[in-house]
Amino acid sequence: MSDATLAPRRPRFMLVDKPSVLIFLAALGILTLVVTLLSDGMGTGAISTSFVKTLGKTLCLCLVAIAMDLVWGYCGILSLGHFAFFGIGGYAIGMWLMYERTRLIVEESLAGAVLPPTPQEVSDAIAVQIFGVVGASEFPPIWALAHSLPLQLAAVVVVPGLLALVFGWLAFRSRVTGVYLSILTQAMTLALSLYLFQNESGLRGNNGLSGLQNLPGLDDVPQATLSLWFFWASALALALGYLLANWVVSGKFGNVIRGIRDDEARVRFLGYSVEGYKLFIFTLTAVIAGIAGALYYPQAGIINPAEIAPIASIYLAVWVAIGGRGRLYGAVIGAGFVSLVSTWFTGGQAPDVNLGVYTIKWVDWWTVLLGLSFVLVTLFAPKGIGGLVDLITERRAPDRHGADLGPDQGSFREDEASKE
Amino acid sequence: MPRQTYWEAAVTFGLKTLLVAVTMLFANLASAQDLSPLQTLLQEHREILEKSSRRTIGPAIDAIADSGLDAAPELLSRWQNKELWQREEDGLFFYTEDAGKDAEGAAQLRLIDIGDGSETGLAPKSAMDQLKPNSGIRGMIGAALVRFQLSSPDAAERIEALDAISRDPEASHLAALSRAIDNEPDAAIKARKERQHRLLQIRFAEDTATRIDAIESFAGDLGVDVRAALNPLVVTRRAVAETLPEDPDIAATLTPGSAQLTRFEAYDMLVKEGLAPPLIDPAAQKAALEANIDGGAVAGIPLEELDSSAARDRAYAVLVTQGAVEPAATLAQIDAILGAHVFYERYTAAEPRVVASALATLVSIDRSVAINQVIDLVLDALSLGSIYFLAAIGLAITFGVMGVINMAHGEFIMMGAYTGYVVQLFIPDYTLSIIVALPLAFAVTFAAGVAMERLVVRWLYHRPLETLLATFGISIALQQLAKNIFGTQARPLTSPDWLGGALVINDVVSISYIRIAIFVLALLFLGLFLLVMNRTRLGLEVRAVTQNPRMAASMGINPDRINMLTFGLGSGIAGIAGVAIGLYAKVTSELGQDYIVQSFMTVVVGGVGNIWGTLLGAGLIGFLQKGIEWFNPSNTLAAQTYMILFIILFIQFRPKGIIALKGRAAEA
Repeated sequence: MSDATLAPRRPRFMLVDKPSVLIFLAALGILTLVVTLLSDGMGTGAISTSFVKTLGKTLCLCLVAIAMDLVWGYCGILSLGHFAFFGIGGYAIGMWLMYERTRLIVEESLAGAVLPPTPQEVSDAIAVQIFGVVGASEFPPIWALAHSLPLQLAAVVVVPGLLALVFGWLAFRSRVTGVYLSILTQAMTLALSLYLFQNESGLRGNNGLSGLQNLPGLDDVPQATLSLWFFWASALALALGYLLANWVVSGKFGNVIRGIRDDEARVRFLGYSVEGYKLFIFTLTAVIAGIAGALYYPQAGIINPAEIAPIASIYLAVWVAIGGRGRLYGAVIGAGFVSLVSTWFTGGQAPDVNLGVYTIKWVDWWTVLLGLSFVLVTLFAPKGIGGLVDLITERRAPDRHGADLGPDQGSFREDEASKE
Repeated sequence: MPRQTYWEAAVTFGLKTLLVAVTMLFANLASAQDLSPLQTLLQEHREILEKSSRRTIGPAIDAIADSGLDAAPELLSRWQNKELWQREEDGLFFYTEDAGKDAEGAAQLRLIDIGDGSETGLAPKSAMDQLKPNSGIRGMIGAALVRFQLSSPDAAERIEALDAISRDPEASHLAALSRAIDNEPDAAIKARKERQHRLLQIRFAEDTATRIDAIESFAGDLGVDVRAALNPLVVTRRAVAETLPEDPDIAATLTPGSAQLTRFEAYDMLVKEGLAPPLIDPAAQKAALEANIDGGAVAGIPLEELDSSAARDRAYAVLVTQGAVEPAATLAQIDAILGAHVFYERYTAAEPRVVASALATLVSIDRSVAINQVIDLVLDALSLGSIYFLAAIGLAITFGVMGVINMAHGEFIMMGAYTGYVVQLFIPDYTLSIIVALPLAFAVTFAAGVAMERLVVRWLYHRPLETLLATFGISIALQQLAKNIFGTQARPLTSPDWLGGALVINDVVSISYIRIAIFVLALLFLGLFLLVMNRTRLGLEVRAVTQNPRMAASMGINPDRINMLTFGLGSGIAGIAGVAIGLYAKVTSELGQDYIVQSFMTVVVGGVGNIWGTLLGAGLIGFLQKGIEWFNPSNTLAAQTYMILFIILFIQFRPKGIIALKGRAAEA
């Protein structure tokens, strides 16, 4: 909070008004370059295609973590439902990918027929291909737009945005705050995942959408190259998302949302429309999460309702908390660090620890370690990994009066805080 | 005959006479051996018995059954079991027993007289013929036997006979049953007999008035057997005509395209009746067109243009005029054909008066079934609500009273359930193990709760969101820990025998004892909570600390100690709830997770900080979930989805729950 209010005015057209942004963009650029040069797609092969995909997915998770940081770290709304928006984005793009690829396959197989196929025959054949697994053979109405890439791309943005808008409007309007709101958002994502688990939802029930890693019409392009394309796209989206988030939280708007986080009532008494600000942030982050999901799932190859179970959204909060909320790079560090370490431990690559009487298999014990380290971070390092950065900056500039008291204590004045 | 000599005629006559005389003599000899009346009876029907055909055996079975002889039932049942043998030498019938082998190694049988059951010696097996009634005959014998079983002195056998009748009712049972009612000594069995008799009358009575009386006597009866007897009377058959006939047995007219009759089904009927040309489906049409390709075109239409159904219909129509294919209706013509006919259902099973009274009775049955289903639903909802209440009451204490959100609450429930499982490993007696497990689960989770409060929660009292996250960290750690210790498969927590089974009130309403036990447990905890909170020193101090910790501290209460005890109490109750839930659900590491969201909903909907609110919330959610499931019984997932949506909307109107705290406490 202090940097924006106390820093001298800079020209507003500059998106980059903090050194951290430049450092972040440079680091992201270097990472992209290194991965590109070492990847299979460029012929060197030092980094396997599957690891490029993992890195690309991690970048998407970093993007959704930024959204989470905006809504929680800056605005104080602990949403436990943002992975629902992430999943909706994935479903929206997955529908087009699956439809279009199946259509190409079906048309290819029907091309050999004596009579040219009627549109109805083509559509029926696609429906049987896609929905045979749930025992249906007709397109549910929800697939009406699946044939069109632009419309589905629009859905990636519009559906999460609308859902967040309606849900947020209902919730904020009735002044649901704090843990109530957290539980309500959790209920929302639970309801969505339960709904999608039914075959009647029209999205293939618990089978989900699969085969998303194959782009229609690009069968000749090897996965190595495709993975690199998606990696670039994810890096670009992350960079743009970071800049956007940075722009949102700097300036007066940023001050207001931080003010809401610290003392909602006081901001309201100052005449700001708190609900409007919260709704804007909630919807904006839902849209960012939707875009991140749309980039994530083609790299993952499959999406099913288990992906948007409440636990996923809670992990999102865990990443941001471990990385350090209230600072954008903290969210990125948290998501990147935890999800990569998690992949390492659960992938069976971590060496087992032999204690003599018991061998610790990390596949089994990683979650325990994560849970406990999460408790420790919350207790002893509320600023997370990002707090380490403060150690460096504080060394350069001595602690000033009126400094940030941390996300939830910011409303306390200095003298109050010293008495606590 | 004119060429036949006197001699020849005389010899023929003599031989015949001789034959008759010998036969007579033989028969006389047989009777002279003093045959039992039963044996005599069998000998009278010897021919059809030997023939053993289903079509002709009837008189023999009737004769035996009607003979009034004491030994008749046994004969029938032994015959049915293929234990009746006939001696080839003289045609007499015996029961037999295997008697080993004689000196030469040939198998032999011990003969038992069918009249008095006495042994009458041995006979080689080769000299005996076994009567082998086929399944049809065995069925007829069984029907005849029912009469004896129905008036058997053994009550169990009478009940068994009634069971057999209700399993597989036959017309012959009706007379047998009506004779067996009056001399029935046992009132309960007599009532059953009368009921079964009326059921048989519905099916088999010749007289329409009797049938209707029997049908109407069952108005409002809940028995499944009644509906099974009535439903065949009101079966309908679909029919189609150009105009609706004026017959009284028309059940309903059907509209093609409705849920009862799709357009394709309707059209199929027309085709079967020969009222319309067969419908050609797109695949068959395509095949027909492909079979008639002529130089890159079908009926003059180039192949490339046949990529729409309209073009294909056109091509097919041309082929029809050319006579190359059978005329067929296309999809476009269906509507006109369907519109020209009327579809209806007609009753086929009985005459209209019977059908009408059956329908009326079914309506009254449906009504009382519906009423009872509502009662059943209410019981189900109450039991579900009490489970949610049990799961949520601990949460209501930690979340409601202390304002601390404990995401690990579900894992405390799980710990309680696993405690019950471990106790059962050591104490095999289920009743005793439950009695031990309940306080032990309380102790274990109380300790875990206190430890968590001391180590984690108390450092975060001013940061509710971080409490949520920290306790969530504990929750995933505990869950994984349980998985590592107990494995992923479900562990049994067996309830004692006296909790098994269900309280069956009637055919529709029943509730398992375990659910009643959980309901009682929930009431017990409600009472306990109220007692502790309102009548003890601890409760007073808890309320004081909740309302104003600083003021409470200045009055000499140690808020730290109170917070610790309150948290321990809430967690301990979760442990006991875990034992209760584990008794009827599977004990897995995800047990707690399944209840945590519903528990939070219960507390939030009910209103934080008030036990009555939690009670109302649990009731509301239980009723709601069961109610939605009732509308759509096949889909519990959808029920949960709609319930959550409802709760989200509910929060709009009562953000603070059903019972909202007012005044300063609400702001705390």
